[in-house]
Amino acid sequence: MNPIFRSAVALGLVAIAGTSLLTGVHSMTADRIAEQERQVILRQLGQLIPENYDNPLLDDRFTFSNERHFPNGQTVTAWRARQADKPVAVVLQFNAVKGYNGDIRLLAGINADGTLRGVRVISHKETPGLGDGIEIEKSDWIRDFTGRSLADPQPGKWAVRRDGGEFDQFTGATITPRAVVDAVRLALEYFEANRETLFSAPPDPAGSAAP
Amino acid sequence: MSYRQIFADGLWQQNTGLVVLLGLCPLLAVSSTVVNAIGLGLATTLTLVFSNLAVSLARRVLRPEVRIPAYVIIIATVVTAIQLMMQAWFHDLYRVLGIFIPLIVTNCAIIGRAEAFASRNPPLRSAADGLATGLGFLLALVLLGAFREIIGRGTLLSEARLMFGEWGQSLEITLIPDHPGFLLAILPPGAFIGLGLLIAGRNWLESKRSAARATGSVQESVT
Repeated sequence: MNPIFRSAVALGLVAIAGTSLLTGVHSMTADRIAEQERQVILRQLGQLIPENYDNPLLDDRFTFSNERHFPNGQTVTAWRARQADKPVAVVLQFNAVKGYNGDIRLLAGINADGTLRGVRVISHKETPGLGDGIEIEKSDWIRDFTGRSLADPQPGKWAVRRDGGEFDQFTGATITPRAVVDAVRLALEYFEANRETLFSAPPDPAGSAAP
Repeated sequence: MSYRQIFADGLWQQNTGLVVLLGLCPLLAVSSTVVNAIGLGLATTLTLVFSNLAVSLARRVLRPEVRIPAYVIIIATVVTAIQLMMQAWFHDLYRVLGIFIPLIVTNCAIIGRAEAFASRNPPLRSAADGLATGLGFLLALVLLGAFREIIGRGTLLSEARLMFGEWGQSLEITLIPDHPGFLLAILPPGAFIGLGLLIAGRNWLESKRSAARATGSVQESVT
């Protein structure tokens, strides 16, 4: 057999072995990973929902997509909190897509009047020591969103300081905070424009795939 | 090569961070605190052990012309598999170490060990070399991290609770209270300066040692 052909076959075999190993690992772990991430979301959800609601919040959930406010074909999940059928708040789970490295998965709790209850990061792959200040465990930066709305700060000031806005960036890292601020602003704008639909859309059937 | 020699090389003689100077990108980027340094060091060590093992097992099949692309595939597979498994079974650990995993692929020390050691040695020795190299890298990271954290923030092991839980809380030390923060040490220039000092320190120790050895052998030959 000629050597070039043998090399090609050997390389092909390595590629096939690697791919099949990863396929195996992926199918072994996919369900567990989804379950683990669901647990993380539920834990974070608890910090963002108000106490005055009386509906089954975790089941009052529906998913949608909207390319303009939530780009890159992502699926957004919304949980609704109501009291006596009146909207109290909604928690949205969506991605900030302009991070330094991959999607930053976020949860944002928004009161019915359009003020933010808070924002939390579910997962991200930003640079440790630079961009990871968005985690609540590492800095208080993310708490700055609490109580804000589209009117606070003024439109046009919804940006990091480097871009002339009101939100701090981190030393050595502007891209990560900018991505989060932009994504939260877009989510608030979506909420503003679709408040009715967000609360009136029927929940996804029970037992459908969890977030 | 004996196991003793493998560990002496990995930790001191051929330390990746301080002598061979491979893997500088993650070393300089993540050494701003000791806890981050430990995180990256552990993740890198784990990857090195398994990538060296895999490369060593495949070494007879791989022809020289295609070995480099094959190493790339093997290392990428190992890193992704580790990431998925950590995510599934050690999710809390993953939430702490997970952010370091994408940085591992920027570490050319891994392909360096595959080429220089694992491709020529049996699997067990290769795994030991991965462990030794990883620990040496961890050592360099922790030293640089401690230097930058003490000077830059006046603390040592801050945020250790994120990595070690409740127990870590007691490890967090504030060395200089009300430290105003010294930005130079935290930012990349501090990493370069610190690394330079570390390398100089290691070379100084090494030259003292070899001087002692030289006089020792001279005396032996005289007697």
